[in-house]
Amino acid sequence: MIRASIIGGSGYAGGELLRLLLAHPEVEVVQCTSERSKGRFVHSVHPNLRGRTTLKFSSPSEISPVDVLFLALPHGEASKRIEEFAGCAERIVDLSADFRLNDSASYSRWYGSEHPAPEWLDRFVYGLPEFSREALQGAQYASGVGCNATAVNLSLMPLAQHGLIESAVVEVKVGSSEGGAKAGAASHHPERVGCVRSFAPTGHRHQAEMEMVLGAPTLHFSATAVEMVRGVLCTAHVFLNQDMDEKSIWGLYRECYNSEPFVRIVKERQGLYRFPEPKILAGSNYADVGFQKDPATNRVVVIGAIDNLVKGASGSAVQSMNLMCGFDEHMGLDFPGLHPV
Amino acid sequence: MSNTTETTTACPECDAQIKREEGVMANEILPCEECGAELEVTSLEPFSLALAPEVEEDWGE
Repeated sequence: MIRASIIGGSGYAGGELLRLLLAHPEVEVVQCTSERSKGRFVHSVHPNLRGRTTLKFSSPSEISPVDVLFLALPHGEASKRIEEFAGCAERIVDLSADFRLNDSASYSRWYGSEHPAPEWLDRFVYGLPEFSREALQGAQYASGVGCNATAVNLSLMPLAQHGLIESAVVEVKVGSSEGGAKAGAASHHPERVGCVRSFAPTGHRHQAEMEMVLGAPTLHFSATAVEMVRGVLCTAHVFLNQDMDEKSIWGLYRECYNSEPFVRIVKERQGLYRFPEPKILAGSNYADVGFQKDPATNRVVVIGAIDNLVKGASGSAVQSMNLMCGFDEHMGLDFPGLHPV
Repeated sequence: MSNTTETTTACPECDAQIKREEGVMANEILPCEECGAELEVTSLEPFSLALAPEVEEDWGE
């Protein structure tokens, strides 16, 4: 049994992390901090956890030593205090974007400022087990993953690893929880409800993670907010640099994912759910990936779905912790999602 | 239609290997575990499968 704390636990990712860790058989949650909500029961902010814990939010300035510290702070906060956090725990999993990229030049390019602690970048392993499983095993520090980046990376990884992508036009449709727990003008109900809003036609920061994981093929990425609370649906139009039939593509995806515990190939001829759909993944750590080849051209449409708060954030963080601590990779992540929902 | 050995054959849709279960009969419909395709047993010796005819759905198009 290990002792773990969550720093910044009042947001949506922090709440999901707490839900997963409370059910984890090898984890005792010691602290969950929140400046805004300190002293209040965690279920006052995360009502689904009522009756599951009597934990109260504590002050982020009073952190007890633990085995694993999860950082779920706003962008830029973790990197400013990383030395302090490293003094409190042997292992850290940071869910923010602060340590995802492996070089400071890329960080400056995509985040528009110098990294506050560039010497820490190469100490963190990118927390996507499907990409960096070996490095995560026994690692001290793991980053989080971008939710949109994860949907795209898992969708395209089998093709990218074989150098088959000439170029790709990728679009994600995302739910409102990606915007975080703080309300703003864009999340005001009359403005958000019913929207199909292109919020990042180009220049989304998660593209940096896609380039890092996929080896920088020519990728054109756009993001659209839709009427959904949780979920990311990636639709990638991939132009191959050689002709391939569907069976060969099946072979690549099977080779890449048949032994992965949380990636499923969904490409069926019958039924309602023939291709991945985020709706049935709510609350689950699964990533569903499917594809269809256009027989007339070299285009493959690859479709991927995840829950942005689980596989796209807290679930990948727990999966990474399992690898870092030598636990079974499935531990605490068994929930298969709901149907109907 | 495809066949590899007497007891396994490849799914004609996704190339997954499908084992011939004991008692399977000619013209029986089997689902592929990987892609969900419904497959018709077209021959037992050698074991071979073909995509079964399916009802097209219009998906509200």
